[in-house]
Amino acid sequence: MSDAFSNQWRGLLESLLQRGRGAGADLVEVFLERTDHIGLLAEQDRITSVNPAFARGAGLRVFRNGRDGFVSTNDLTERGLQHALDQALGMLGLEPQHLSAGSGFEGLAQLTDHGLTKGDWLNRCPSLDHASQCLLQGTHHLERLGQHLQVRRGSYARDWQEVLVAASDGTFARDIRLHQSSGLSVLAADGDHRSSIGRRYGSTDNPEELAHWDSEASAAEVCNSAGTMLRADYVDAGQMPAVLANRFGGVIFHEACGHLLETTQIERGTTPFADRVGELIAHPAVTAIDEGLSGGSFGSLSMDDEGMAPERTVLIKDGVLQRFISDRAGELRTGHKRTGSGRRQSHSFAAASRMRNTFIDAGPHQPEQLIESVDQGLYCKSMGGGSVGPTGQFNFSVEEGYLIENGKLTKPVKGATLIGDAKEVMPRISMCANDLELAAGFCGSVSGSIFVTVGQPHIKVDSITVGGR
Amino acid sequence: MSQSNGLNASALRDQLHQLATRAGIHHWDLGAACSDDCSVQVDRGEAKQLKAAQRSSITVRVWNREGLVGITSTTDLSDQGLEQALVGAHAASAFGNPEDIPQFSPLATAPLPDIDRPLQKRQGILPLLETLREAEADLLSRHPAIQTVPYNGLAESLSQSLYLNSDGALREMERTQASLYLYARAEEEGRKPRSGGAVRLGLGSGGLDVQGCIDEAVERTVSHLDYRPIDTGTYRVCFTPEAFLSLLGAFSSMFNARSVLDGVSLSHRDSLGSSIAVPFLDLHDDGLHPGHISAAPFDGEGTPTRRLCLIEGGDLQHFLHSEATARAFGVEPTGHAGLGAKVSVGPDWFVVGTNPNSTSGCDLNHCTEQDPFVLIEDLSALHAGVKATQGSFSLPFDGWLVRGGERVSVEAATVAGDIRTLLQSILHLEPTAEVTHRGVSPHVWVDGLSITGEA
Repeated sequence: MSDAFSNQWRGLLESLLQRGRGAGADLVEVFLERTDHIGLLAEQDRITSVNPAFARGAGLRVFRNGRDGFVSTNDLTERGLQHALDQALGMLGLEPQHLSAGSGFEGLAQLTDHGLTKGDWLNRCPSLDHASQCLLQGTHHLERLGQHLQVRRGSYARDWQEVLVAASDGTFARDIRLHQSSGLSVLAADGDHRSSIGRRYGSTDNPEELAHWDSEASAAEVCNSAGTMLRADYVDAGQMPAVLANRFGGVIFHEACGHLLETTQIERGTTPFADRVGELIAHPAVTAIDEGLSGGSFGSLSMDDEGMAPERTVLIKDGVLQRFISDRAGELRTGHKRTGSGRRQSHSFAAASRMRNTFIDAGPHQPEQLIESVDQGLYCKSMGGGSVGPTGQFNFSVEEGYLIENGKLTKPVKGATLIGDAKEVMPRISMCANDLELAAGFCGSVSGSIFVTVGQPHIKVDSITVGGR
Repeated sequence: MSQSNGLNASALRDQLHQLATRAGIHHWDLGAACSDDCSVQVDRGEAKQLKAAQRSSITVRVWNREGLVGITSTTDLSDQGLEQALVGAHAASAFGNPEDIPQFSPLATAPLPDIDRPLQKRQGILPLLETLREAEADLLSRHPAIQTVPYNGLAESLSQSLYLNSDGALREMERTQASLYLYARAEEEGRKPRSGGAVRLGLGSGGLDVQGCIDEAVERTVSHLDYRPIDTGTYRVCFTPEAFLSLLGAFSSMFNARSVLDGVSLSHRDSLGSSIAVPFLDLHDDGLHPGHISAAPFDGEGTPTRRLCLIEGGDLQHFLHSEATARAFGVEPTGHAGLGAKVSVGPDWFVVGTNPNSTSGCDLNHCTEQDPFVLIEDLSALHAGVKATQGSFSLPFDGWLVRGGERVSVEAATVAGDIRTLLQSILHLEPTAEVTHRGVSPHVWVDGLSITGEA
């Protein structure tokens, strides 16, 4: 069998799907994958790590009466794939058998090949030499623009993936995906004062992206932030209003609310919004969207990992819950229609309903109006990571924060954590500015770590718990 | 006894030797792993997802004519895949860092410790499913407020690891492992939902302490149903063994020679011998501890695993090393390396205890203490709330405010501080150490930590 995925695989895939359906499966899905990854790290003025990695494998999933069995393997031979399928069938108590008729499987549809025009992407990506030069240029800019820098780092990753999806409902689709990310980070130190700041930029489906990266502007942003935060005081803890900046500030919606709008959370019984479609769950100022269509955005797709074209899904409109993010299993088990959101890190994971490009939509205000409306509060210019627990409780670290006093930004503060739960915080997002921007990131959840975009305009939360000292 | 149909070390060595010779590569090493595992999840009595996986991967390092190192990983163990990996590694070696060139570990052929971890028979997916179904049903029946067990899983695996190099080193290990986790969610009318869970690890699924896991998950969930807000302020805190180990683990770069050399550790080269904690604290890294289910006899570079003293009497004694960092410090590798062009270093299994020649001078006991304190049972979101390069942390926790022996569960709150200050502010280590899935530690008392509540 050819290494590349093409129509040549049709015969083998059809025979596997027929075998599964013949054994009594309601639906059988095969996901084939090849990947080619490069990771580069520059420290100070040297390349210190180059990590190429290749992988290939298959994930086979069998559904029967709402249950599913999933097997992954690195063995793409006919024997290996059949063994994996038989194992998945056995999990559901089904006996594999060869049936030429009566299985209900009518063959695969014509191949939908989203990868047709993407065959040269891998060759058009930057060479190791070029990528190395870009990173070293970045760390040089850091050296030039920063002060008290103890560590300067630049990183680049290129992930190329070819996938072929075949299912017994006739789905037969191929795609090639390309994700590239680059970033700069520093650790500044002066006596006992320390600050560590990083920024990452990412794009999809643009082989020439790195050539357009303005590493000097990135370095300036990182150095400014590190310099400001180096001697910042720790924030005082308490309840206060907060204004969250645009771009990566959107991580708060992603973590606090977005995950609760995935059908996997309905299945688990861990979302407070399960029965609230059509109800007000957020302040009327909030409209939120999840989509996979924005050109070049990190979470965009030509098709999801179940072969479905992505769509623009309005999750919340004027505060009212509209839709859930759904995949094949989600539709089967919760009744929410698929949204082209079945995603997985690799063939080792079964697809699950996952976010793509998720953001709060722009509002009518100027960003400064939000700050002017706060007497005493916190401005979160840059967010660190965050997470949400099984009861909907979230927390986010603030990488770069400032006090707001009498409607003006005053001194920088560090050590702040925003804490709350979605049900309580969503109605408190009372103002959205008109400066929506997106930022690339990674999301780790039930089906592994995937490329996503978060985003928002500047938003104001009327009251939130700020953890500090 | 071997149960796997996985990697054949000798064949892999011969195969790679031939390919490398043909490519003019004379100095190389390889790490390989393969595993065969299965897992189940359930949802209110029904199988939710049944999974199995056969995985294999290798990482090849080569040294080029200039002595620079390149690396490549692949999951394709065919001749073609290995050749692709060798070619990729050779191409990457052109970008090797001349200032930090890893070599073979001088201990890659040294005798290995004897680890008594007999392989266990695997049960297979359907018996696992039955066990988990019963465990979930038992858990759900324990309290009316427990409505779901949203995160649960029972898994068993057989895995094999290899290290071999062109100087003739050949390390091989095989192990079985099983895990069970139950994370319940409980909610009472008009109150916020609460959750809690427990984890058990074992050499095989047949030997897992299922009942203990259920009991602990119930206790950790139900005991937090009657919660109250806590006032923001400074408190005396007692960390459970699990909570203290998770905090210490998040700051393990303090003991990591790679991080020290990279300038991202709180420690420096000259920190060895300095006082970093109270004089009655000892800390070891003991990858061979009998409680460490995942114990391995060698690391990614083939160096034997061993017990290493990190803190003795409050003083920093040793760092964790790979071959390259050990050479930079003029010491032996400690068995804590991965395999890479830039080799990572990480801890195995922390053991916290009281120094035998010192005492805290107090006898605090979390079961009997009458003065107010906060008992922290579990810390969350360590990836977001810990600034390892700065020493600070601000973390949500589950715990209780204890007054006069009465425990009241704390509503959403965070604890914040600085690890350096915390280690110097330890009041007492209770005499009984507990073996957890993270390591070994007693309850640890600390004064003066900031807690933020929603009160």
